Amino acid sequence: MELYRLTAHELLDKLSKKEISPLDLISSVRERIKNNDGLVNAYVRLVDRPAEFKLPPQKNGALCGIPISIKDNICTESLNTECCSKILTGFKPPYDATVIKKLKEAGAVILDTKTNMDEFAFGSSTENSCFGPTHNPWNLDCVPGGSSGGSAAAVASDEAIMALGSDTGGSIRQPAAFCGVVGLKPTYGRVSRYGLIAFASSLDQIGTFTKDIPDCCLLMNVISGHDPMDATSIDVPVPNYIKSLGKNIKGLTIGIPQEYFIEGLNSQVKSIVEEAIAELKKLGAAVKEVSLPHTEYAVPVYYILGTAEASSNLSRFDGVQYGYRANSSNLVQMYKKTRGEGFGQEAKRRILLGTFALSHGYYDAYYLRALKVRTLIKNDFDAVFKDCDCIITPTAPTEAFRIGEKTEDPLQMYLSDIYTISVNLAGIPAISIPCGFTKAKLPVGLQIMAKPFGEETLFQVAHAYERSTQWHKLKPKLQ
Amino acid sequence: MTYEPVIGLEVHVQLKTRTKVFCGCSTEFGNEPNTQVCPVCLGFPGALPVLNRLALEYSIKVGLALNCTVQEFTKFDRKHYYYPDLPKNFQISQYDLPISKNGYLEIQINGVSRRIKICRAHLEEDAGKLIHEENHSLVDLNRTGQPLLEIVTEPDIFSPEEAYEYLVNLKSIIQYLEVSDCDMEKGTLRCDANISVRPKGSSGLGTKSEIKNLNSFKAVRDALEYEIERHSETLNAGEKIIQETRLWDDKKSQTVSMRSKEEAKDYRYFPEPDLPPFIISKENLSEIKNTIPELPKEKKSRFIQVYGLSEYDAGILVMSKQNADYAEERLKIYPEKDKKPVANWIIGPLTATASNLKCEVSELQIIPEDFVALIDLVEKKQVISNLTGKTVLEKMAKTGKSPDLIIREENLAQNSDEKSLEKEVDAVIQENPKVVADVKIGKNNSLMFLVGQVMKRTKGKANPKIVQEILKRRFA
Repeated sequence: MELYRLTAHELLDKLSKKEISPLDLISSVRERIKNNDGLVNAYVRLVDRPAEFKLPPQKNGALCGIPISIKDNICTESLNTECCSKILTGFKPPYDATVIKKLKEAGAVILDTKTNMDEFAFGSSTENSCFGPTHNPWNLDCVPGGSSGGSAAAVASDEAIMALGSDTGGSIRQPAAFCGVVGLKPTYGRVSRYGLIAFASSLDQIGTFTKDIPDCCLLMNVISGHDPMDATSIDVPVPNYIKSLGKNIKGLTIGIPQEYFIEGLNSQVKSIVEEAIAELKKLGAAVKEVSLPHTEYAVPVYYILGTAEASSNLSRFDGVQYGYRANSSNLVQMYKKTRGEGFGQEAKRRILLGTFALSHGYYDAYYLRALKVRTLIKNDFDAVFKDCDCIITPTAPTEAFRIGEKTEDPLQMYLSDIYTISVNLAGIPAISIPCGFTKAKLPVGLQIMAKPFGEETLFQVAHAYERSTQWHKLKPKLQ
Repeated sequence: MTYEPVIGLEVHVQLKTRTKVFCGCSTEFGNEPNTQVCPVCLGFPGALPVLNRLALEYSIKVGLALNCTVQEFTKFDRKHYYYPDLPKNFQISQYDLPISKNGYLEIQINGVSRRIKICRAHLEEDAGKLIHEENHSLVDLNRTGQPLLEIVTEPDIFSPEEAYEYLVNLKSIIQYLEVSDCDMEKGTLRCDANISVRPKGSSGLGTKSEIKNLNSFKAVRDALEYEIERHSETLNAGEKIIQETRLWDDKKSQTVSMRSKEEAKDYRYFPEPDLPPFIISKENLSEIKNTIPELPKEKKSRFIQVYGLSEYDAGILVMSKQNADYAEERLKIYPEKDKKPVANWIIGPLTATASNLKCEVSELQIIPEDFVALIDLVEKKQVISNLTGKTVLEKMAKTGKSPDLIIREENLAQNSDEKSLEKEVDAVIQENPKVVADVKIGKNNSLMFLVGQVMKRTKGKANPKIVQEILKRRFA
């Protein structure tokens, strides 16, 4: 049986009935990766490991025996975590991220090879990786999106049962849309960031890639919750997300922001999303047009705040304690050469942008002003959520683009996150679910947003849609 | 031309919390290098800071004691610079919203009080320690992340003496609050001084120099004296002062240039995104206020008022809280109305005894009742002389025995019996005809010499007052 093709909830059922063993499962996934990843390159530092396998100690955990793939920027104890950057070559964290701890406690099996990503999560295509680009399983000439492209492609190509990624401006939702899987960015503070190697601390959030909504609920049940090690995690009780499943959506109000259906939105993507909205209407939801008037400022605000925080967060990579160190005769030279040789082009670009934005004399005009506009963007959402249960938009303005198509034009690349960035600025949760295919047989994602800690609403709406459609069941034929 | 100095002080106080300010590592002093570290204070990728509540509370306490406005809303900021003692290459500090602002500390010089304005007190993390060896440097990150409170004065200090008094009083207040040891040798209190001079009587500020490596309050005073002279001489020679950082060399008693600060550093401060801002509610504030003990200034006036002590004695006794509490315990139970002898005995013989035994006064094993009993035996009952009293005190400290017991065991009680003392006096008069002649022509010193001789003959047991009276009668 091709166990790797199944979802976690299907596998948990088989595991509990003892139809299969955890060893069968991990072997199946490993075999799949071995046979497939030459084409996709979803994983980095792949090594052929012996089939030996130690069963996790927890026998009753919620994810007992389920293999989980982890993005290369989430710390795993004694297991290389390099953010797909040369500067972190050989870095083995001495500790587990809180999410990893929680997964282990739930009996999940952490895969010993990590998923590919844009270096330090800087990118929307997974082309900025020191390990080479990941390929979109639906069309190997296309990008899988990014920055969590490895995790998205792994789940889409059945090289993973479920995966973790991180989302700073769309890094989970956009690749989920491009690869036709379910990708959730939780509310800021819902999932601990402890152990997530920071890109932009005020925007980063760990989230999930799964094959369907029930799996997303399962995984969120495990990784959510307040963490005393993360001062920005919020102490709000975690509901049992499984209970959001199977509910109808009659009486719910869905807001459609006019600012998201504008020039630049691919016409095929537009009509596919409109069909999805029509489907939800049919299922009983009320749909109304709403306005998020400050949407146009989201991209510039994001690239000021995000790069400013990144320039600061990445200053610790200096060759002193860990990772790559360039040979040099003195301290300042070591700093310069290590960082010059260790960071890729996009990382350098963002460090320079951020350093500029924080510099004396520019701070007020850029950083401070961006902070203020961020508040306006958040206020837009607060206003809409007074009358709406959720907001629905396309996840990305286009289908997956071709590898190399946008690498020479960073601005074009930045615009591929135009629909996802506001969510991070506002700190709200949003999910991308498969909602159809373009003529080129590339997946399209539907983005659903809710108010802070409104994940249950996302699951309710997404699951209602998932049950009445079959998009999530379609699999790419790798060629 | 004569110049007057304008001085500002930056004091870093290491707060005495058990764990570091943003992680759970121990703050213990003097352990093996790099043994009190974790991913957070090592600045490892993915690690996040979480504020130590106690460090915040301690900072607020100091702010209140220094008459500052404690801000309702406070936040942390990142200050960026590259240096190997700073693992993240930024320091979590506070920029535009420090915990406390606009306070003052009152000092007294020659009986005149003045308030030194304090501009701010903010909380930050300490950096590690670098040990420079011949061709390499070693890094110890045990100190990284220890809580530091930086207390900055306005340029509101106008003499090295004021600077010295400010520091002495600041240390005393902080020790009263029991939030820091303020031990300059261990580096739990560090001070940098900014100084400039201007023509006497003018306003405005000259070009300043910043002095570092000040290892004691005395060094601060000496370095400031040195700098006033250097600045004045430079200006009088028609030269300009360069804005720079200078290091104090204690051995040579001079400052030397470390680096010029002509190009101002850009620290690129911005709000620390990993720590949400803190709201300090009125309730929190009043709770903390309630934990502030009576401070040295108030204690001193109370000692003067309640126990009738002199300004000087009260000032000495309240310098440290420990000593003040020690003194008060004894002042309270001393049965006489006039409490001055208790102060005298603590400041004098008791302090000397402690210093002989190389310990703190409070560590001496003399219970309060024995101590006041001894004072009573000397001052009122005159069972023993002042001199013998000091000997008995030493013995009490060493053995823990009561003064009565020591006096009995060693037969130290004073001889006040006139008849037997007269015999001793007469014997001394006979033995010292020359001195007696001097006494007769009015030399008072010589009389005291004779008293001394009697004391010697009686092995210190004679009551010197009575001896003196007898002698005076003999020469009347």
